[in-house]
Amino acid sequence: MLEQQLINGLTLGAVYALIALGYTMVYGIIQLINFAHGEIYMIGAFVGVSMVAVFGQGFLASMLLAMLVCMILGMTLERVAYRPLRRSTRLAALISAIGASTFLQNAMLLWKGPQPVGFPEVIKDAIYHIGPIEISKVQLIILATAAILMAVLNYIVKYVKIGKAMRAASQDYDTASLMGIDINKVISFTFAIGSALAAAGGVLVGMYFNSVAPLMGVTAGIKAFCAAVLGGIGSIPGAMLGGIFLGVAETLGIAVGFSTYRDAIAFTLLIIVLLFKPTGLLGKPIQRKV
Amino acid sequence: MDTLIASFIDPYYMQVLTLLGIYIIAALGLNLITGVTGQFSFGHAAFLAIGAYGAAILTVKFQIPFYVALLAGGLMAAFFGVVIGFPALRLTGDYLGIVTLGFGEIIRVVFLNLEITGGALGLAGIARNSSITVVYVLVVITIIIMYYLQSSRFGRALIAIREDEIAAETMGVNISVYKIKAFAIGCFFAGVAGGLYAHLLQYLNPTDFGFAKSFELLCFVVLGGLGSIPGVVLGTTILTMAPEFLRSMSDYRMMIYGALMVIMMIFRPHGLLGGINLHRMLFKNKYKIETNRGTTDEV
Repeated sequence: MLEQQLINGLTLGAVYALIALGYTMVYGIIQLINFAHGEIYMIGAFVGVSMVAVFGQGFLASMLLAMLVCMILGMTLERVAYRPLRRSTRLAALISAIGASTFLQNAMLLWKGPQPVGFPEVIKDAIYHIGPIEISKVQLIILATAAILMAVLNYIVKYVKIGKAMRAASQDYDTASLMGIDINKVISFTFAIGSALAAAGGVLVGMYFNSVAPLMGVTAGIKAFCAAVLGGIGSIPGAMLGGIFLGVAETLGIAVGFSTYRDAIAFTLLIIVLLFKPTGLLGKPIQRKV
Repeated sequence: MDTLIASFIDPYYMQVLTLLGIYIIAALGLNLITGVTGQFSFGHAAFLAIGAYGAAILTVKFQIPFYVALLAGGLMAAFFGVVIGFPALRLTGDYLGIVTLGFGEIIRVVFLNLEITGGALGLAGIARNSSITVVYVLVVITIIIMYYLQSSRFGRALIAIREDEIAAETMGVNISVYKIKAFAIGCFFAGVAGGLYAHLLQYLNPTDFGFAKSFELLCFVVLGGLGSIPGVVLGTTILTMAPEFLRSMSDYRMMIYGALMVIMMIFRPHGLLGGINLHRMLFKNKYKIETNRGTTDEV
């Protein structure tokens, strides 16, 4: 039973981690909580549904297109709503993000209506038994996709030039730009990557729960953000760890019988962790400078 | 007084105006925490909820008089403000924001599951005691208190904390005590606003107090201008009234509302009245004379 819940939690956690990565990378560079990130995840899910239902594409093509659309959307969002505010206070940028989130949410509500849309069966589901554990094909696909995407991200950030530029920018924004790094390009790229990961998460969740709704981004976004903070915001392995930790904790909490408190589990954990480790599990301690 | 106002204002707009007054009180409370002291609070709606449920349960289940219940609701919110204020000492900036956000969500879920709050069905049968006169008298009182607080020694200490914590500490400001006091006072006003809210709408549901409401309050404060009392009043008025004025565009209004927020922030990143000293603008001559006098004395 416990192993079974672990697998379910891991599946959910993998998706949280995918969304959390976008939050953490953006925060790492420009210290902005991108509240519209949850909406990008939602739009990614809708693009996936439309691709399957309207154009009759397969899973892979739908997901790749959703990622592409959200990449462009994320970059546009950064250009329109965040770049003009880069030198102003953090709260101003935050309000702009909330405004952008309201805009996207209501645009989708207007277009699709508030009712959830079912995800057409794109992969024939099957259940495999490994010892005492049951694992469905969809779960396997989610875990595999998340693992591949995270490995690709890790490769980009560690070895590709633009990834190195991202790390430099997250360490010291101004010095990085003095060293000849085109900071605007790096930020644009960060938004593109984060949005693509969120879109993939959206399609995977839509397929897993068989439902996509314009308001799905709100709770998922906030929880993924929690995951990012839990792991230590700004740290990429932290976001992966935080996401999986949160997913597993939430599933176990429900299994133990706290199902009506489901949405509070994430936040309670977050508060407890922050009280003992104020910068999250893998976060670097803040240095106070005079 | 109420009948007089009712004779020339449509009941619908009267409701909207009363609600506006309630939001002004809550936003002024948040302004003390975020605008003046510079501490992020993304969970202010939770204190609104505590005040609302506290006051409503007292009047409905224990037949306590309205004004006593209102005060008790405010004190309950202040108590929780202190409880959440203590971890605030360990955390700074965004981390504090996240903890308050989490606290807000936990409160909402707890209210959704408690029996005394009516759970998901909500709490109904609350008497309608918040008339427009009561609310606006309280708005005026709140504004006066806030002006007094901000221009006092206490307020100056809070501003010092916002500008530079370490420098304030070296100058002998006890940061922890002041931060907790700011939280307590800000939450007290949120609690009072919550009590008024409960006795205006006569029905409470935990879903009304989600983080969307917290961010709405934060938008009121930031859009008006952090730390500026007239700014907060103006910001709250504009954002509460905007959906009403946009009603003619029915379907698109929330979309436009979101876009407006982005545009306003881009053009006035410090808020509508941020960085403007109204007192100085209105009494320009007085300041001029004073500065002139200063220069002549030196010469």
